[in-house]
Amino acid sequence: MRPSKLTFTLFLLPVAIAFSAVVLIPMFLGFFYSFTDWNGIGNSYHIIGFSNYLTIFHSDSEFRNAFFFTLKFAIASVILINVIGFSLALLVQRSSWLNNTLRSIFFLPNLIGGILLGFTWQFIFTKVFDMLGSLLHLPFLQGWLSTTSTGFWGLVIVMSWQLSGYMMIIYIAALQNISESIQEAASIDGVTPVQRLFKITLPLVSPAFTIGLFLSISNSFKLFDQNLSLTGGAPYKSTQMLTLNIYNTAFTMNNLALAQAKAVLFLIMVAVITLTQLYFSKRKELEL
Amino acid sequence: MKHRKPILQTILGILLGLLFLSPLYILVVNSFKTQKGIFSNVLALPDSTYFTLNNYAEAWKQLEFLKSLFNSLYISILSTLAIILLTSMAAWVLVRRKSKTANVIFYIFALSMLVPFQCVMLPLVQIMGKIQFLNPAGLIFMYLGFGSSLSIIMYHGFIKNVPLELEEAATIDGANAFQVFWRIVFPLLKSITVTIAILNLMWIWNDFLLPQLVINKPGWQTIPLKTFYFFGQYSKRWDLATAGLLLGMIPIIVFYLFAQKYIVKGVTDGAIK
Repeated sequence: MRPSKLTFTLFLLPVAIAFSAVVLIPMFLGFFYSFTDWNGIGNSYHIIGFSNYLTIFHSDSEFRNAFFFTLKFAIASVILINVIGFSLALLVQRSSWLNNTLRSIFFLPNLIGGILLGFTWQFIFTKVFDMLGSLLHLPFLQGWLSTTSTGFWGLVIVMSWQLSGYMMIIYIAALQNISESIQEAASIDGVTPVQRLFKITLPLVSPAFTIGLFLSISNSFKLFDQNLSLTGGAPYKSTQMLTLNIYNTAFTMNNLALAQAKAVLFLIMVAVITLTQLYFSKRKELEL
Repeated sequence: MKHRKPILQTILGILLGLLFLSPLYILVVNSFKTQKGIFSNVLALPDSTYFTLNNYAEAWKQLEFLKSLFNSLYISILSTLAIILLTSMAAWVLVRRKSKTANVIFYIFALSMLVPFQCVMLPLVQIMGKIQFLNPAGLIFMYLGFGSSLSIIMYHGFIKNVPLELEEAATIDGANAFQVFWRIVFPLLKSITVTIAILNLMWIWNDFLLPQLVINKPGWQTIPLKTFYFFGQYSKRWDLATAGLLLGMIPIIVFYLFAQKYIVKGVTDGAIK
């Protein structure tokens, strides 16, 4: 049945109102504010052109640091999350009581919110690592989260612990779609397990890699809660990611228009990176 | 690979499982120790000198646990219900209307998935402040807005494959659009509805930043919000913090134990869409 224009409007209206009020209007208003000196108090502002953007490019070293920190973080976590996730999937892909239990365990961290996770790991890095370091005489385990590099790896570890199980679930679903007959044919033809992994399994699950990469890239760039609760940007804002930098610009420095300009740049960046990845992954899928 | 070194694989799997669980083990053992016990040995089980249940009593009180739990449940359940009821209707007319307008609207929803929350949060708080929406009801309205894209995309994909015959038969029998949707179509959407409900419940339950901007007032705070301030207050009191963190995790872990099958299916379907 084709709904009438009236039905169409009535059924769509509640969602359309909420979506416009919460996403569309704030987004366009945000684009506009990024060209002003809006400070959030009252309605007064002046249009100042690209001034906020120029400030960001010329004199905002914190934003630049946050950008490179986020980029490095995203590269390290995307690689680790997908490698670990895929390895876990290979390990527990067969259904058995033990494997099903292990799957549940690997997936569990994904359900716990970023704030609680960040605090939990803050305890582990500062107290447990410290004690292990002195017990085992491994000095590199001591003083975690007090330096930029341990803060960086701390974030990467938390992110990998949280998301690997999620990727595992996606990769298991893909692995189970590979038909038994292809696997059997390969083993009859004398294909070694390593060859089979690279020549048969990996190409056949490549659509799942497109999804896995997309999800891990966008989650890494948009990470906020874990950053806030694990390091809070410390030491000296050196582990501050882009989202936290935008947040601090708005709520600590009270420079709302500048934060909005950063958010617009952030939107462009996330869009360009994820769409580029989707484009290249899809093309790769076709080649294989 | 079949049956090759299954013992090695089993051992490796068990070790990795323990490694994944170790953060929770650390939380559990230390939540039963006094501050002194934590500093004397952070890895050991609590022994009789340091054992205490007081951390839980104190964390429960400081977190106003029942109140925060109720707030979290109230916000996430009502938001999810609103999303389910309203986006399924919207997706149905978007599929069935087959007009250019319907297509354009659908693509706007899909494209908006790219917009990070940071990009809308500042004007959003300004607008919502002006219309007196910075309260729990307003927050539910905002979750409807933010949850609509993914839910519409998923319902849209599913409804496309629902056969038209039943709807046509009902129309001939004189049912209006409202009846057709709620009596015929919605019951057919049961499996995708469970998936969408779980995906929304999970992110809304754990969401921190939006509630912090919208309902950050005593009495309204959800579990992540309350935990954040609790932690800020007691950051060096790891005895209380470990107990508080565990209390905060228990509801979602219990939910996972009961609804694991649906959660895993929801996550898989959600990712593949």
